[in-house]
Amino acid sequence: MDRGIRQEAARCPAFGRRGDGTAMDDLQKTQLHQMHLDLGARMVPFAGYEMPVQYPAGVMKEHLHCRAAAGLFDVSHMGQVILRPKSGDVSDAALALEGLVPVDVLGLAEGRQRYALFTNDEGGILDDLMVANRGDHLFLVVNAACKAADIAHLRANLSDSCEVEEITDRALLALQGPLAEDALATLVPEVRGMRFMDVRTVDTLFGPLWISRSGYTGEDGFEISVPSGGAAELAKALLAIEAVAPIGLGARDSLRLEAGLCLYGNDIDGTTTPVEAGLTWAIQKARRAGGAREGGFPGADRILGQMADGAPRMRVGLLPKGRGPMRAGADLYADAEAGEPVGRVTSGAFGPSIDRPMSMAYVSADKAAPGTQLFAEVRGKRLPATVVDLPFRPAQFKR
Amino acid sequence: MKYTEEHEWLRVEDDLVVVGITEHAAEQLGDLVFVELPEEGRTVVKDEEVVVIESVKAASDIMAPVDGEIVEVNEVLVDNPALVNEDPTGDGWFFKMKLEDMSVLDDMMDEEAYLKFIG
Repeated sequence: MDRGIRQEAARCPAFGRRGDGTAMDDLQKTQLHQMHLDLGARMVPFAGYEMPVQYPAGVMKEHLHCRAAAGLFDVSHMGQVILRPKSGDVSDAALALEGLVPVDVLGLAEGRQRYALFTNDEGGILDDLMVANRGDHLFLVVNAACKAADIAHLRANLSDSCEVEEITDRALLALQGPLAEDALATLVPEVRGMRFMDVRTVDTLFGPLWISRSGYTGEDGFEISVPSGGAAELAKALLAIEAVAPIGLGARDSLRLEAGLCLYGNDIDGTTTPVEAGLTWAIQKARRAGGAREGGFPGADRILGQMADGAPRMRVGLLPKGRGPMRAGADLYADAEAGEPVGRVTSGAFGPSIDRPMSMAYVSADKAAPGTQLFAEVRGKRLPATVVDLPFRPAQFKR
Repeated sequence: MKYTEEHEWLRVEDDLVVVGITEHAAEQLGDLVFVELPEEGRTVVKDEEVVVIESVKAASDIMAPVDGEIVEVNEVLVDNPALVNEDPTGDGWFFKMKLEDMSVLDDMMDEEAYLKFIG
């Protein structure tokens, strides 16, 4: 579709780029690759993997199904890493990891998980991740595109105190939606007792599952690390349940955007600080100014400074006035006619559950108040949009 | 029905040509969420961008397949872009054109040639 219907896929990183020189042959495949093909998925390159962007139902129906029932996602491309303390005491791994993240890892109880960020010396974000305390070790889940760099970063900084093990013999599935608990409980009854951000190991027919009650959709749900040999069987057993349908990367993106969640590389990166990104909730009291273990992570001066004095720009939600989506890269202006840009859209799509387009953007701090009217330049025209609080749709977690 | 390499179809109705996108194109684009139509009465030349569509995935342009005048647009699509996915060669048409020279259609692909083209 080269000339008449000209796709602008390059503006939409969530969908992989054919034009980046990556031949499909060079891509890695997950344990569920054949199942995706059998289900009729359209496969695209994403972070070095060949992944399903959508199944025959299409992005819109998949999105709505996940909000109404339960959706199954293959997220095996993400990095799974174990930090094992050489001393045998998990608090040594926690303290070591605290040197790389502005998060209270030491205070993370056994069987609990927490959102974290690797920061750089400028206070920017190298990656966002999940950290779980699994008793004698920490378990990390990191972004696919960052995993090689993350593991190198961990090895370079934590090797004195920890073994850094990349887990390559496990797949990762996510089951998300209001019926996720009922669906998973038919196979693993133990999950009924779990709360949001609990982690648990359960021995099953599919092998020992490492389950967390979390996800990337704003829905209740689970992420399930499963031994490679049991992955396809687990996925098929879940899909055999009436409430469960497979969901591709396309709907994963619109689901997370409605939920106000950041996509690394779009909404956060090495140049955005956690304060600018509105992620200070992830910096617990112990690591803040006056806390028991204040600072001590890369970029602490800048991050704690911005927490005290404010940041020059902020991540905000943006609702376009019309029906047209305002996509990543669109410049934002305070005025319909003139002036310099006051910000830029970092993610934009149509929100099937809110039935309107939505965007996330960075804007200068004086333009970040909800209700502020801005204009996005789309195809040479400045179109109105309003700054709003995130998320666009409230989360449905089981606290 | 005639087809272009840009995955548009053209159908002669009385003295006008109706233009839309093929089922193959609609499927590749995914669910449409936004359609911006041209002004009726606008004179366009071949390959001029006349319609903007946004699917769940990306923005795309639809270009005029031939020289002519846009005499009617399918306003229904503004409120219901999904019609393009549901019925791309019927109710999901985009615009009707008046051509000076209908013979330009003669060189275009017929259905058999188009199906071969998309393989």
